[in-house]
Amino acid sequence: MNGIHDVGGMHNMGRIVHDGIEMPFRERWEGRSRALGQVMRPFRPEKRRKNFRYLYEMVPPLDYLRMSYYEKLFDVFVQGLIEDRTITQAELASGRPARGLQRETPRITPAMVVQRFSNTKSTSLRRDDVQVSAGFVAGQPVRARNINPVGHTRLPRYLRGRIGVIARDHGVFDFQDTDSQGYALADDPQHVYTVRFEARELWGADASSRDCVHAELWEKHLERV
Amino acid sequence: MTESKPPGGGIGRREFLSGAAVGAAAVAVPAAGAQAQSHAKDHDHVVSASDPAQRVKALESLLIEKGMVDPAAVDAVVDAYERNIGPRNGAKVVARAWRDPAYRQRLLADGTAAIAELGYGGSQAEHLVVLENTPLLHNLVVCTLCSCYPWPVLGLPPKWYTSTPYRSRVVISPRDVLREFGLELSADVEIRVWDSTADIRYLVLPERPPGTDNLSEERLAALVTRDSMVGTAKVSAPATGGAA
Repeated sequence: MNGIHDVGGMHNMGRIVHDGIEMPFRERWEGRSRALGQVMRPFRPEKRRKNFRYLYEMVPPLDYLRMSYYEKLFDVFVQGLIEDRTITQAELASGRPARGLQRETPRITPAMVVQRFSNTKSTSLRRDDVQVSAGFVAGQPVRARNINPVGHTRLPRYLRGRIGVIARDHGVFDFQDTDSQGYALADDPQHVYTVRFEARELWGADASSRDCVHAELWEKHLERV
Repeated sequence: MTESKPPGGGIGRREFLSGAAVGAAAVAVPAAGAQAQSHAKDHDHVVSASDPAQRVKALESLLIEKGMVDPAAVDAVVDAYERNIGPRNGAKVVARAWRDPAYRQRLLADGTAAIAELGYGGSQAEHLVVLENTPLLHNLVVCTLCSCYPWPVLGLPPKWYTSTPYRSRVVISPRDVLREFGLELSADVEIRVWDSTADIRYLVLPERPPGTDNLSEERLAALVTRDSMVGTAKVSAPATGGAA
């Protein structure tokens, strides 16, 4: 999606407000909201769920720019709960559970939290279970394709059509671009590469001849030069 | 793509946000429900300084009522983020690498395996690549599309990292951005910006400051800042000199 989230290379987005605050949450609600997402995870259906990043990117542009990271995360979290029918619009509006609803039992208890955070359970999308041949090798020049899908894509606009060099092959991962409605495409595992783009290839002669940008791109984002 | 209604029969964003705001107001100030509703109709998006707090509180109450959430579990998650997961973990990794050349080599060869030696790992660091800064090479990390960040070693991302100004500018003007962070790099230093567009996450291994030869691992770790592990700063030498 050529949306407001895809900001690499844009100008005039304001000053970077840098402070030394290392606490993760500046306000109490930020932490509560983040934690609600964690403890609700076992209630969310695994299948036929819209890509989280797609929902995040669908926040209307003016709101996207005004809202903080945690506001947007919360917005997307609530929308996801409604879309997968974990809660209803009516319940949200009234603040009360639907009448006659059977009470659930919390699936994450305080005792389980420590364990969840101390284990190293992987949520990796690497597909070591499948054999997929690599179309490119390290050192090979490639061009990022000029594609403009309306769904979620991990190929940023500022790289499209630009030539880079394969720096590294990271192996096979699930493809995470989505269809036009934000749902995962058919099972299509493929290689992910780090590609090095010279700053001058991206930004022209005014850029430093020494600088570069590395990005990770899937096989389908790339074509031979 | 149709405009404000997500395809597939989902609810419109506008309805959803109005509902959320009204729900929040209903919980926070039950008597003011009607007023909140008319307020919601006047605006596309009801967001004010106090709104997120009210909306989060309303949702938490609803989920508790439905029996889905134990508030003590929410407390425990917040506590874990505030106490156990943060840049102090990454600082220990960096200090170990400075003191132990064999560990440094393992870290650069396979970041995920090396941080696991110190007990770190899991979601958002399954494929950790460690980037070593040198006097002539400066690595700098961003996520231009969202806010990808190596949680197990750096915690949740700071506000500036998730902000549009940082994400937009750092790929096109890294030197200007670094200058604003107080780091002036000479023209002969190569700057490599790493845009986290897939599942690889990055940790910068900053240069060890001079005069720290005698410091213990613990004291070295205390020098390492979060920003130095994202690449927007260097690690400063200790103010008192190198004496341990």
